Amino acid sequence: MIPAPFAYERARSVTEALDLLARYGDEAAILAGGHSLLPAMKLRRTRPGVVVDIGPCGRELGSVRVEGDELVLGALVTHHTAATSAVVAACAPIMADAAGRLGDPQVRRRGTLGGSLVEADPAADLPGVACALGAAMVVRGPGGERHIPAARWFGATAPLAPGELLTEVRVPVVAGAGWSYQRFTRRAGGWPVVAVAAVAHPACGVALVHMSPRPIRAHGVEMALAAGATAAEAARLAGEGPPPPGDLDASPAFRRHLATVLTRRALEAAGW
Amino acid sequence: MKVALGVNGHAREDDVEPRLLLAHYLRDVAGLTGTNVGCDTSSCGACTVLLDGRAVKSCTVLAVQVDGRQVTTIEGLAHGASGDLHVVQEAFRRCHGLQCGFCTPGMVLAAVSLLADCPQPTEAQVRAGLEGNLCRCTGYHNIVAAVLAAAGPPGPPP
Amino acid sequence: MRGTRVTRREDERFLRGRGTYVENLDLPGALFATFVRSDRASALIRSVEVDRARRCPGVVDVVTAADLALAPFPPMLALSNQAMVRHWLAADRVRFAGEAVAVVLSETRPAGVDAAASVTVDYEPLPVVVDPEAAAAPGAPLLFPEAGTNVALDLQFGRDEALFDGCEVVVHRRMVNQRLASCPLEGRSAAAAWGDDGRLTHWSSTQSAHAVRRRLAPLLGVAEADVRVVAPDVGGAFGAKMDPTPEEALLGLLARRAGRPVRWTETRTESMLSLGHGRAQVQHVEIGGTRAGRVLAYRLTVVQDSGAYPAHATGLPILTRMMASGVYDIARVEFNSTSVVTNTAPTVAYRGAGRPEATAAIERAMDLFAAAVGRDPAEVRRTNLVPPGAFPYTNAVGTVYDSGDYATALDRVLDRAGYAHLRVEQAGRRAAGATVLTGIGLSMYVEVTAGPSAPDEWGAVSVTTAGRAVARTGSSPHGQGHETGFAMLVADVLGLPLDDVDVVFGDTDAIPTGTGTLGSRSLQTGGMAVHRAAAEVLAQAHRLPGDPLAAGATWADAAAAAERHGRPLAAEVTYRGTVSTFPFGAHLAVVDVDVETGHVALRRLVAVDDAGRIVNPLLAEGQVHGGVAQGAGQALWEEVRYDGDGRLLTDSLAHYAVPRAADLPTFESELMETPTPANELGAKGIGESGAVGAPAAVQNAVVDALAHLGVEHLDMPCTAERVWRALNR
Repeated sequence: MIPAPFAYERARSVTEALDLLARYGDEAAILAGGHSLLPAMKLRRTRPGVVVDIGPCGRELGSVRVEGDELVLGALVTHHTAATSAVVAACAPIMADAAGRLGDPQVRRRGTLGGSLVEADPAADLPGVACALGAAMVVRGPGGERHIPAARWFGATAPLAPGELLTEVRVPVVAGAGWSYQRFTRRAGGWPVVAVAAVAHPACGVALVHMSPRPIRAHGVEMALAAGATAAEAARLAGEGPPPPGDLDASPAFRRHLATVLTRRALEAAGW
Repeated sequence: MKVALGVNGHAREDDVEPRLLLAHYLRDVAGLTGTNVGCDTSSCGACTVLLDGRAVKSCTVLAVQVDGRQVTTIEGLAHGASGDLHVVQEAFRRCHGLQCGFCTPGMVLAAVSLLADCPQPTEAQVRAGLEGNLCRCTGYHNIVAAVLAAAGPPGPPP
Repeated sequence: MRGTRVTRREDERFLRGRGTYVENLDLPGALFATFVRSDRASALIRSVEVDRARRCPGVVDVVTAADLALAPFPPMLALSNQAMVRHWLAADRVRFAGEAVAVVLSETRPAGVDAAASVTVDYEPLPVVVDPEAAAAPGAPLLFPEAGTNVALDLQFGRDEALFDGCEVVVHRRMVNQRLASCPLEGRSAAAAWGDDGRLTHWSSTQSAHAVRRRLAPLLGVAEADVRVVAPDVGGAFGAKMDPTPEEALLGLLARRAGRPVRWTETRTESMLSLGHGRAQVQHVEIGGTRAGRVLAYRLTVVQDSGAYPAHATGLPILTRMMASGVYDIARVEFNSTSVVTNTAPTVAYRGAGRPEATAAIERAMDLFAAAVGRDPAEVRRTNLVPPGAFPYTNAVGTVYDSGDYATALDRVLDRAGYAHLRVEQAGRRAAGATVLTGIGLSMYVEVTAGPSAPDEWGAVSVTTAGRAVARTGSSPHGQGHETGFAMLVADVLGLPLDDVDVVFGDTDAIPTGTGTLGSRSLQTGGMAVHRAAAEVLAQAHRLPGDPLAAGATWADAAAAAERHGRPLAAEVTYRGTVSTFPFGAHLAVVDVDVETGHVALRRLVAVDDAGRIVNPLLAEGQVHGGVAQGAGQALWEEVRYDGDGRLLTDSLAHYAVPRAADLPTFESELMETPTPANELGAKGIGESGAVGAPAAVQNAVVDALAHLGVEHLDMPCTAERVWRALNR
């Protein structure tokens, strides 16, 4: 219930945050909304020596804007903001939808898009949506700015190099494209047992949540669709691949089953 | 570490350990024991307070994170001078929306926040709006009735 | 005022954040106790290393069993195997994950948590047994080698091989009434302080201040008169806080050792690990009867999981047996049970305590029997009900039900639910091959309140010269609303406004004796005690010279007159209940089951409950709602789970699925009132009814939704995966 002691630094700008990360190295943990970091610290599953609070960087990291054909969201955009922003609803409605259903109202007021993407919990919603949208994560570090596409962000190796900070998320504007986020929970407010995000846009695809340690694109499903399969036929491929996790909520076999059902429903709802 | 914030309309300045949770700050430093701690996984919502008018779980916020902000606890909800209960508190009383009372401060503040965002919620919206709060005594039946009663009938058309 | 919906007076402080829960107590100079707990389920303790912890900043002491050199902690249950001995702190062996091994005393809470993390325990692993049937089998590892067995309590009443002779149809099924966690929002919380006069004051989040005092005094080697227990506001209990656990009982000892007060509030993780769990019965059910639907014989065989140290649940099969045949007139009933220790948390009472288990078994059995004879489950029930003229009714194992009208309860619930329409809807969806199917489930229950182990309660009423009535009660509410309900009783007798009646409880210095709030007994015992005491005070007032009340004087005048005559208006009553009472009801659940995902949504829960004459319907309905929500929780979501090594998997409210508002519908509750001859209030208990009746209604509804697809039974919780597996066998 009580975290181990730590030193606390407040970063009032991205530059200051980077300086602090450089100074403290792997002793430091970034604190944004705190709804991934603090629960872990309270159970003493993690014990950073220094907590760098980037909460005060809201001006630099909290905006929602459109740049050309991209929707750009700052890393500190809260789930509540993403869920209620008219811009997000217009440009990437699947993100507004997912952001408005995850966790609970209190969590959504504090949790951030950036925090969720960096934590990349296997059961988290927004990483799955970012994966389906083909988002690009923008990071800044000692070496300058990099754009990391979702496929690499959610790849096998941790995407952030030492001293780097996630600053923005860029997703294609998919206004008008069919979409659906199918999310199966055991009870209200629970983490998804399995979820499927589908966006019918050339730059996007179908992503599966909680079927593996990271959200994954359902490539088999996407290829089947491209080859003209029906939603039902393509969805059958959603359960293929390495065994999904088994836990208190579901066995691997049940997850496979849910993935095919939810994929079919997502594809049908998205217009395939 | 120094932290300055407003609690129930009063300015405070305290020196706290960085690891002090806002819930413990309110209870042990500010002496406001109305906010309860019911779990250690941010699941139960008993610790819910208003941060700049909207519900957050004070067990998942460090006191140092809310420097310069305004916090409202259950003690700050009733009307200052008269001490009259807030419309939501009164509705909970009328509708028997509490039994042991432990979840009540957090539940009331979550309801206040919900109604601020959504003044005329449907029953489904109320139930969804309270997803962050557990009650083990009431089965939520009267709590939902209380929130709908507090919302009251829609006002006259503009 | 009796029978009216009166809002609660106690709400004022809860709504304003002025609840007096133990953790809110201001106790200057108190040390914080932080327990170090075993992360093993079964192990010898080779050593406990505390020096590093002792040197941590802010630490005053770190105490282990070796420092205490105490006799073992007395068993909670006299009936259980007395060789199964528990220590205050684990001494040479731990038997469940979460058992306390050491305790840190510190100046601040964080200092205690930090220091506890640096205590190291050297364990030598022992074999683990988590499953009660495995623990009962020959060759199972013994938790208490000195006991020579894992059986904590064997209740054998005989086996008649001819029990089902003459039955045209016999159905048998193994069922599990799963282990649950009561999850009161406030966990265990207590504090102990010795006065200069040698008296201990012990504050406790408890269901009975007097039970705590009875336990603590001998443990601390002092007379009960030297122990004051205060139960302030309590944030829920549901049966888990009837008796202090070793951690709480230790505080007085630690305070004496340290020469300072000591306080403790458990974390949720500690609570999930070691507060104590509920239910945990494996049941073998056999039911037989005629093809026409008449049940002739019923056999229930139970393996009760005791957890690592026998506690209340070890004896609960006694209550399960009492109520085994439920609302049905079944001629031949047989019951046997074995309570077995396992390397899991001790099992304790949880709302219903033995009776939900009985109801779930017989109600599932009735649906299985109905399916076997091809008849509607409502009609099969009706065929077998104890008729209204049969009361007092003695069931086949000797339980005497005071009053009841089961047929009316069934009629009411079917009518309210619109049963016929629901069956039409169900048939329509089946015919259309719908993805979401309708399930309709019934559960009828009768349960025992003011049960045999707790028949008495103490009450007193006095009137002050200011004209206020003070009612004192040995009852100990934790959400039930006694400050209002009991005040209503006294106000009615004395003819005083409700606001002129105060209700005092929860302090052993103010209340000489009491039993507490448990087993749905408070109104019919505690309420009866204050009711009779008020009646006695009324009689005293009328016996005053000149009968001032009759002459129009106020109560203040009468009280003053009584004082002048040297006999203040006051009466004490110990209500001795001689009979238990038997509330009953019928619940009907409607579920929507998605056959593709297995998801079950609870659409409706219609509850008809009869607890005799109701004092305050607002409070009574509140109890029904809360109980039904817990019942639905058992049916659909909740389960305590351990892995094979005895590690608790559901160790938080993130993993243990207590239902939320969005999981539940608005309930439809109707109260019937069939009075009981047991007391002049005509009142039975209602506190546990919802949790007794609802689980089987919801469970039966899920099976009903899928029956046409060949599904015969699902154990609780009826999760989506269980539904899917049943459909894809």
